[in-house]
Amino acid sequence: MTAVTPSRLMARDLLRVGLAGLRVRRTRVALASLGIAIGIATMVAVVGISSSSQADLLRRLDELGTNMLTVKAGQTLQGEDAKLPEQSVAMVSRIESVYAVAATGDLEASVYRTDRIPADRTGGISVRAATLGLLETVQGRVRTGSWFTTASASFPTVVLGDLASRRLGVTAPGAQVWLGGRWFTVLGVLDPVPLAPGIDRAALVGWEGARDLLSFDGHPTMLYERSTPEYVEAVRSVLPRTVNPEYPEEVTVSRPSDALAARAATAGAFTNLLLGLGAVALLVGGVGVANTMVVSVLERRREIGLRRALGATRGHIRAQFLAESLLLSGLGGVAGLALGTLVTIGYAVSNGFPTLVPLWAIGGGLGAVVVIGSVAGLYPAVRAARLSPTVALGTA
Amino acid sequence: MTPIVRLENVVKTYDGGVAALRGVDLDIFPGELLAIVGPSGSGKSTLLHMMGVLDRPTSGRVIIAGHDIGRLPDRELSGLRASLLGFVFQQFHLAAGVSALDNVADGMLYSGVPLSERRRRAALALERVGLGERLTHRPHELSGGEQQRVAVARAVVREPAILYADEPTGNLDSASGAEVLGVLRTLHADGTTIAIITHEHEVAAAAGRQVSVRDGRIVSDVRSPL
Ligand SMILES: Nc1ncnc2c1ncn2[C@@H]1O[C@H](COP(=O)(O)OP(=O)(O)OP(=O)(O)O)[C@@H](O)[C@H]1O
Ligand SMILES: [Mg+2]
Repeated sequence: MTAVTPSRLMARDLLRVGLAGLRVRRTRVALASLGIAIGIATMVAVVGISSSSQADLLRRLDELGTNMLTVKAGQTLQGEDAKLPEQSVAMVSRIESVYAVAATGDLEASVYRTDRIPADRTGGISVRAATLGLLETVQGRVRTGSWFTTASASFPTVVLGDLASRRLGVTAPGAQVWLGGRWFTVLGVLDPVPLAPGIDRAALVGWEGARDLLSFDGHPTMLYERSTPEYVEAVRSVLPRTVNPEYPEEVTVSRPSDALAARAATAGAFTNLLLGLGAVALLVGGVGVANTMVVSVLERRREIGLRRALGATRGHIRAQFLAESLLLSGLGGVAGLALGTLVTIGYAVSNGFPTLVPLWAIGGGLGAVVVIGSVAGLYPAVRAARLSPTVALGTA
Repeated sequence: MTPIVRLENVVKTYDGGVAALRGVDLDIFPGELLAIVGPSGSGKSTLLHMMGVLDRPTSGRVIIAGHDIGRLPDRELSGLRASLLGFVFQQFHLAAGVSALDNVADGMLYSGVPLSERRRRAALALERVGLGERLTHRPHELSGGEQQRVAVARAVVREPAILYADEPTGNLDSASGAEVLGVLRTLHADGTTIAIITHEHEVAAAAGRQVSVRDGRIVSDVRSPL
């Protein structure tokens, strides 16, 4: 009795056979994998873009710090605008773990580009007195010119916030603006200050200058303070009483970084609608793959019969068609990953964000592709394997 | 001598109720060149399917090289085909766009032999069928006779115990048919056991043994000294 060696199909050969099956039908392969590619690309881009914008927000948050609190005077019980005590800056600076305090005080004055402009056209620009430490405390940056010094703070000089400078049409230091009925020289212009947007709309005058030239009473409207991050909450709880021992409830304390942190959190939660669209594209892609495989099995009955005659087991035939299906959807998946990543890079670069395509998105995409490929290929593969060799060979 | 193929009272009735084989007994011994002849629909192809374990009989026994196939699962039937049986069909069943060499190498795809070794043996097999110069040609670049010779090379590349050919010249003009027949005779002369199903007298006459089938039965079995 001659020994029979069982049929064997090596993994490498399975891959070759699967690839060969796809190579013969290139157009169809391209079309069938397109749906998968679009689906994966959409999902990867959605996740990538939201992760990148989140990474950007988190990076900015990191730069700006989350340890700044602002104190606003708020309103009196009678509904009037309250004022903070003159010594509040000094009082807050005495709180342990507070390392920087600054203040702004609202002024009645308005600022204009020239002395010919009607008084009511303020352009929404507020005039505020600012303490020297303001810039550092809010982590602001001077775009052009300079910030106040002890000396310039008492002269008729002004530093413009980003928006204020644009509304006034004054962007260079050295220019003169009409402020509170006299000429002030522009000392500098600031970049936008994400943690204190009010400053963007303000024309800032030195604290001493405001007192001397604009009859400022020296009461801060808003305090900005930074403390060691661990003690932010502790500081927060003592601030109202420190600032306004008589009426602590009039005082509003807030943490501007909270808004940014909330935005970062929502940026990370991606648009479900777009993800859903991606999922639909994937589903359609999966149906496309299944359809292609079913057609392929019908067309290749003779090939299947021949393979059975050559010694392929049912399992080998099943494996071959499953491999083809997996390669087909894998092809779409890889193309989709590449496309989605490119879209993410394009978006991130054009917005100045760091590019971030999370590994889990790539892994998830590939996993989805494997699942789709197997599910789509299973039925055709089983059908191919069930085909009787004689019937398959007899097909004209 | 033990037969390579032994059929014992093999009956094959198709689902529609067609009795394609009605009790066939047949032994094929090593080294034989056997022609199976008979009118269309007499059951020749069905007989080949039984001998090639491509299908199971409704009743009776099929024994290939001592293995009673009645008890074997699909996996082992496939193993039997991969290691002992070679097939040539009327249609060549070559993979389009694939070189002659790789078409032949695929004859051993399920034998667990690495690709380089399969290609080496494929080149030898193509040499044997006179296509040593055509290794890189793809099917559409070959004549019908050449394509069928590639198919023969694919069937013999793994040195089967028996080669089955179902109307191997049926799709060919007489010149190409003679070419293929010549190749089969050479293989037989080298020791390959061959069973050919044919309608053609020249082919049948070339065989040392003629088995006639009619209505699902063997009506004559003649050994002619060559
Ligand atoms: N898969 C099948 N299902 C049902 N009937 C079949 C099947 N295959 C063959 N038959 C029938 O069985 C009988 C024998 O067929 P078979 O193909 O064996 O004949 P054959 O001798 O090879 O004929 P030919 O010379 O035309 O090839 C015929 O009546 C045929 O119609
Ligand atoms: Mg036939």
